[in-house]
Amino acid sequence: MPFIANTEQQQNEMLNQIGLSRDDLFADIPPELRCRSFDLPRGVSEQVVRQRLLEMAHKNSTELTCFLGGGFYDHFIPAAVDSLVSRSEFYTAYTPYQPELSQGTLQAIYEYQTMICRLTGMEVSNASLYDGGTALYEAMTMAIRITGRNKIIIDDSVNPIYRVMIDSYTRNLNIELRQTCNDDGLANREEILQNIDNETAAVILQNPNFFGCMDDFSDLAAAAHEKGALLICSCYPISLGILKTPGEMEADIVTGEGQSLGLPLSFGGPYLGFMATRKKYIRKMPGRIVGQTTDTKNRRGFVLTLQAREQHIRRDKATSNICTNESLCALRALIYLSLLGPKGLQQVAQRCADKASYAYKRLTALPAVKPRFHQKWFFNEFVLDLPCEAADVIAKLIEKGFAAGFPLSRYYKGMENSILVAVTEKRTKQEIGMLAESLEAVL
Amino acid sequence: MIKEGLLYTKEHEWVGIDGETAVIGITDYAQEQLGEITFIEPPAVGQKVKANGEIGSIESSKSASDIYSPLAGEIIDVNTELETQPELLNTDCYEAGWYCKLRVTGANGTEDLMDAREYDEYLKGL
Repeated sequence: MPFIANTEQQQNEMLNQIGLSRDDLFADIPPELRCRSFDLPRGVSEQVVRQRLLEMAHKNSTELTCFLGGGFYDHFIPAAVDSLVSRSEFYTAYTPYQPELSQGTLQAIYEYQTMICRLTGMEVSNASLYDGGTALYEAMTMAIRITGRNKIIIDDSVNPIYRVMIDSYTRNLNIELRQTCNDDGLANREEILQNIDNETAAVILQNPNFFGCMDDFSDLAAAAHEKGALLICSCYPISLGILKTPGEMEADIVTGEGQSLGLPLSFGGPYLGFMATRKKYIRKMPGRIVGQTTDTKNRRGFVLTLQAREQHIRRDKATSNICTNESLCALRALIYLSLLGPKGLQQVAQRCADKASYAYKRLTALPAVKPRFHQKWFFNEFVLDLPCEAADVIAKLIEKGFAAGFPLSRYYKGMENSILVAVTEKRTKQEIGMLAESLEAVL
Repeated sequence: MIKEGLLYTKEHEWVGIDGETAVIGITDYAQEQLGEITFIEPPAVGQKVKANGEIGSIESSKSASDIYSPLAGEIIDVNTELETQPELLNTDCYEAGWYCKLRVTGANGTEDLMDAREYDEYLKGL
């Protein structure tokens, strides 16, 4: 039985009344993305259906040695993360409807917020958002609320997936989006400085940027502040184990994708957006916030705080209409960080950087392979130029058992031959050597 | 409690007019409805507002409400005491808990406002 209460006849009557056909209702979805047919035969047993679906699922390559990054990384996840997160007391994506009744959940979120603050060098964090892209969008609208201005500068070294999301979110809003074009793999300082003016709400940057290059945005933060604009920095949390924090650079809002903190790679997520800011901006920040307090008997307790910003109270004027946080994903990040500790995180980050450095040396030693950018400061990801189209090489290497990297032509003009290679602490010297040999063989 | 000599709006704000300066606050009825007030977001001094234009907001432990300017003008002062002691809006809404001051510009818009007796009638009708 369908779960739509009206009959086909009633639907036709309604369509006739407004003069539209069924297809017109889906006009916003490009034809090639519309569902044509599921091709499911009728009356097949559960066992047969399951077998067929398993066969289809097995066509996905899940055993590739992963050098693919671009914002999502193949880090090791300790078994304790799965084990603890699966406890029934925790196993929900939501903050409960009577949140203060669930002190354990609130305490976990409070500790998550504390860790995000320490990691980013900021003063306050929310309870999490959907993913790195939506977190960056929310940071942008937050900057617009704070400054009362509507011009945004974003460098194209920021993750293109995030930029696509910001583009579609802002298409029908009164926001002037100014994109600057990276300068040899780094944020284009000259162009950004030219563009910052008294109308600018924020400059959006990423560290390490999409090409893996590391930077220090202190100068750009100062330039933005001089004109009353904010600096928004998207970052890769693992890298903060060793890199200068956005807080130290005087960034005003820090966001990022938390997948690398104990969340498995999965197409479409669920992932984890994090956001932290200065205390003075807390009332402009979207999302839930857990605070610590004492009860009438002076015992420590946790509450959802500053809820007057949120949509169940402020309705259409809420700071955001996303009230759901990714509680379970945030809990994974909290457990992962707790297991590693500051020293462990530092070691993971250092290993990523060392192994990437080794891979860079091995791969650029191949005569046909050239580094794309002149500067050599990268964290765990770098860009190589191949003598032919990168997408073709990547396809050939899949046959050899490697997800070798990301073809940059997908988002950047003139980079048809460029591949973005990521190396995490999971990659071994042997795997890196085998990638180099396989790459040489297919070129 | 309604104070004589002030003018009132249907949004439960009061206006005290002295020459071209108007002092604005929220009424006793408003503060009672809001409950314990925890935070105010004042307008900026120098900000120009239209009649019924937004001039910040007041948050209480159970709600958040925008404040609207009863008259057109320019904000010349805000009550900075409220930033650290928002509870003044609860305890002394007509005196120490004043919200902001406006230099009234343009046409006099006071004919749309109620006097104490009219506001009292208005409250009885709610």
